[in-house]
Amino acid sequence: MSPMISRARVGRALGLVVLIAAAIIALGPLVWTLSTSLRTPAEAFVNPPAWIPVNPDWGNYSAVFEQIPLLSFFINSVIVTGLIVAGQTATCMMSGYAFAMIRFPGRGKIFVLFLATMMVPLQATMIPVFVLIKWMGLANSLSSLIVPALGGAFGTFLMRQYFLQMPKELGEAARIDGASPLQVFWFVYARMAVPPAAALATLNFSGFWSEFYRPLIFLSDQSTYTLPLGLVGLQGNLGTGSVSVVLAGVVVALVPSVLLFAFAQRYFIEGLTTGSFR
Amino acid sequence: MRGEALFGYAMILPSLLIVMLFTAGPILASIGLSFYSWDVISPPRFTGLDNYEQLAADQTVLHSFAVTLGLAVSIVVLEILIGLGLALLVQQRRNTFVRATFRTVFYLPLLASASSVAIVMGYMFDQKFGVINYYLGLLGIPNVPWLTSDFGATATIVIIAVWQQVGFAFVLFVAALSTMPQDVLEAATIDGAGPGHTFLFVKLPMISPTILFVAVVGIISAMQLFDQPYVMTKGGPGYSTTTTVLLIYQTAFQNLQFGYGSTISVLLLLVLIVLTAMQFFGARKLVFYQ
Repeated sequence: MSPMISRARVGRALGLVVLIAAAIIALGPLVWTLSTSLRTPAEAFVNPPAWIPVNPDWGNYSAVFEQIPLLSFFINSVIVTGLIVAGQTATCMMSGYAFAMIRFPGRGKIFVLFLATMMVPLQATMIPVFVLIKWMGLANSLSSLIVPALGGAFGTFLMRQYFLQMPKELGEAARIDGASPLQVFWFVYARMAVPPAAALATLNFSGFWSEFYRPLIFLSDQSTYTLPLGLVGLQGNLGTGSVSVVLAGVVVALVPSVLLFAFAQRYFIEGLTTGSFR
Repeated sequence: MRGEALFGYAMILPSLLIVMLFTAGPILASIGLSFYSWDVISPPRFTGLDNYEQLAADQTVLHSFAVTLGLAVSIVVLEILIGLGLALLVQQRRNTFVRATFRTVFYLPLLASASSVAIVMGYMFDQKFGVINYYLGLLGIPNVPWLTSDFGATATIVIIAVWQQVGFAFVLFVAALSTMPQDVLEAATIDGAGPGHTFLFVKLPMISPTILFVAVVGIISAMQLFDQPYVMTKGGPGYSTTTTVLLIYQTAFQNLQFGYGSTISVLLLLVLIVLTAMQFFGARKLVFYQ
């Protein structure tokens, strides 16, 4: 009996060692980024790195706002991500609801069209989308990023799955009491769909806050750059001399994601598990 | 009833417009453009199958698919192995706070953008000044050419992609393991199955749908790899990390070959469709659905 128990104990202890090692690897680059962003530019490449900044040099953080238009990148990212999240949540709630709850001719066929486009990655259709954006006169503006993302097949699918599980009787009862279809949607069902809407919103936030490919292609004027594009440009412009300044920018870009995650962790995980069809 | 139908159309209209204009339309337009030669400046010229003939003989394109597929498979296999391993180890911990802490830690890298991670890792993997080579040097491994050799650059991209995304597989495996019916596990124990047997013959079959799901999603997203090679290597050294999407970008938006770029895009689309279908239908036999 006792050798069995001690073997299990040793196994569990080894397991913990592996987990701690993995946690150190997961956190290492994040800690390095933070601590190096607080070193003077001259010290940034001195090894071993000062993992715990003893004399933090906050100067990099003011430098990153002074030397490059980080504030403008930040504001652009907030506008783009905010409008996409708000817009897409609304349009996908509407279309998901209609596909689940309302009968109209052609519903099945249109839904199949949505499903068929769901798996198609943006990268494979970028050339015609770019031509269209140029033709619409949206190139080199934040609208080029926002407008094409104001609706979506995936969000529609996600919301539809959720609305399908809701009882139809509630809406029918409200209709008999004289509510209009819009009132039924808004006052009866939309309220019950807050959890999946929040999951979709956090999923879209992570996706669009980090987005690099479309901004790279659509935006040519620095005043329209979003954070990821601006930071990559910054890395090129400043060269290796000011690593710590670049890293300060990286930290600034990471803060909103971490804050949102701290407050809405549940929805992140939900969005991930239900939403990874993308 | 007619009012109801009109309301339905009105509700789907915004999403429908976006899907038609920016996804369905462009898929067809990509196929159409793939038969043209177009430098954006002069009007497009119909060239029939010329682009496809060029494609069939273009070593760079074929190589980019091999590179992408190699990266994608390496990344996904490692993600599944490491993610599953960590999930099993975390499930062993009895303290819920400890479990939650590890979950948060392994999720954190996903919060950064891929391009930010590429910037950071570019510094960390720097051959001369990077912190990685500093510590490897202390262990007696000098001067690894991470970003300056073919194999090193490929390995670096795999490492940083796995580092950032393993939390995705991990979270899904934790969810699958924690919803596993306890009576089945107990029955296995009563029948005398050790931990190894329980894992192989009970747990593994029951989480096989999650493994398939992680594999499908992982392969599809890894086939679109762009940010990391664009930021860290620009596809080099040589073409060793030129992924298909990076090649499409260079072809269309740097060399202004919109027609030929579309031809490569159409091939990418086909490969993705085949991969998805293969994984769904081919793996059906290997996967256990309750």
